[in-house]
Amino acid sequence: MTKALISVTGLDTTGIIASVATKLSEMNINILDITQTILDGYFTMMMVVDLDGANMDFEEIDKRLQPVRESLKMSIHMQRMDIFDAMHRI
Amino acid sequence: MIETGEILQTMKMIQEENFDIRTITLGINLLDCSHPDANKCAQRVYDKICKKAEHLVRTGEEIETEFGIPIVNKRISVTPVSLICQEDPRPIARALDHAAESVGVNFLGGYSALMHKGATLADERILASIPEVLSETKLLCSSVNVASSRSGINMNAVREMGEIIKKTAEMTADHDGLGCAKLVVFANAVEDNPFMAGAFCGVGEPECAINVGVSGPGVVKVALESVRGQPFDIIAETIKRTAFKITRVGQLVAREASQRLNIPFGIVDLSLAPTPARGDSVAHILTEMGLEMAGAPGTTAALALLNDAVKKGGVMASNHVGGLSGAFIPVSEDIGMIEAAADGALSLEKLEAMTCVCSVGLDMIAIPGDTSASAISGIIADEAAIGVVNNKTTAVRIIPAVGKKAGDRVEFGGLLGYAPVMPVNTKGNEAFIARGGRIPAPLHSLRN
Repeated sequence: MTKALISVTGLDTTGIIASVATKLSEMNINILDITQTILDGYFTMMMVVDLDGANMDFEEIDKRLQPVRESLKMSIHMQRMDIFDAMHRI
Repeated sequence: MIETGEILQTMKMIQEENFDIRTITLGINLLDCSHPDANKCAQRVYDKICKKAEHLVRTGEEIETEFGIPIVNKRISVTPVSLICQEDPRPIARALDHAAESVGVNFLGGYSALMHKGATLADERILASIPEVLSETKLLCSSVNVASSRSGINMNAVREMGEIIKKTAEMTADHDGLGCAKLVVFANAVEDNPFMAGAFCGVGEPECAINVGVSGPGVVKVALESVRGQPFDIIAETIKRTAFKITRVGQLVAREASQRLNIPFGIVDLSLAPTPARGDSVAHILTEMGLEMAGAPGTTAALALLNDAVKKGGVMASNHVGGLSGAFIPVSEDIGMIEAAADGALSLEKLEAMTCVCSVGLDMIAIPGDTSASAISGIIADEAAIGVVNNKTTAVRIIPAVGKKAGDRVEFGGLLGYAPVMPVNTKGNEAFIARGGRIPAPLHSLRN
């Protein structure tokens, strides 16, 4: 399983989770975990996803998230989960 | 499952505390490229590097994107050219620089000679060509090993290097002596170092290897902010924990690069390598420990603790540790060191003391342009003596600032930074350096 973390941050608005989740679903990317909070109107979400279903490389997936970034005007950052595992788990 | 707090900590390290992978360095053996005809040798060298390093930069960029960790440099280290050159080494130098440019790496190291016991004809040719080569190439780095704990100090080489450093500075005077920033003189040089200017691929190395250098002094500094006023036991423990985390990412990147390039993993170099950016300074770790500035009394002890704790924390985090592993104290590449040197808090002599307890040596120090060749040789000899007696790697990378005097400033740009010109003791040592010969290897028992 190739796990990645997608972090979404920016001003809160309606339909953020829906937009991101829809795009992921289109790419056949399964969501494993979501945490989300709003601090002073600032939306922060972290999603752990499984990239294996997508059948495309990392760069392509990231590229396809671009329209979502633009329409929501939010920062959407994707990175492999391994870096967190390496740093915090022995 | 990883907790949110842990994810945020990693992100903060990268985004706010300047944590990065300093370099993925691909070591390439060039022994099979030797040829009596210098141009044919150069062609073989060029072809081999372009083939072996074809995917290096692209792979580095992919890893950077996917893992979200900056990989600042991609570099190549090659077999010391003195071991493959049978006549004029300059065509090989040009081929190396050209190959580095073709594959898109930031630096290529290995225009080197290993002459800690004595010089071969090839070593002499390399030495003679260094000023010209470093003034004509862009990405090529050069190193010369003049001493080792087993063979002592080759004082003929030390004498020659004083002159070569001066000449290199003069030939690159238009760029504040930039050539000297690409030239390092070693005692006990290591074979798997991924850091420049001293990287080369030693003869004990495999055909190719991936060596990774980590960085992150800013992360250590921030970690220490949370233990202000606490005793040193806590400081050491905090540094160890931080170094462990940093190194785990270095190991991950090294493993990933090794798998993708199908090249064996060599080592992770556990180094705290600063940059001139604020928040990326080793000197500021020392000030966080309670010193007003680097150079204040206590600096050597603080650095010793830091260096040791970095190694202790990092060594558990990686399968193989090597290179220069420790804290670097290059003056021009560290904002805290620059400030301390400009203030007069840090002298060449204090820096020399600091090199006794850390990696690597007198690094990126600008000295007055009128400093004599024998004074430079004397500085090299002193530094080599520290390395040889203490069984550690030491190095000298100093830049005579042509036409400038103590207090002036030199600019190199980028990672190399800028530096105030530091005064050098002007008492004569010509008769000492003129002697030549070899200082015997020290006794390694009866240690006092």
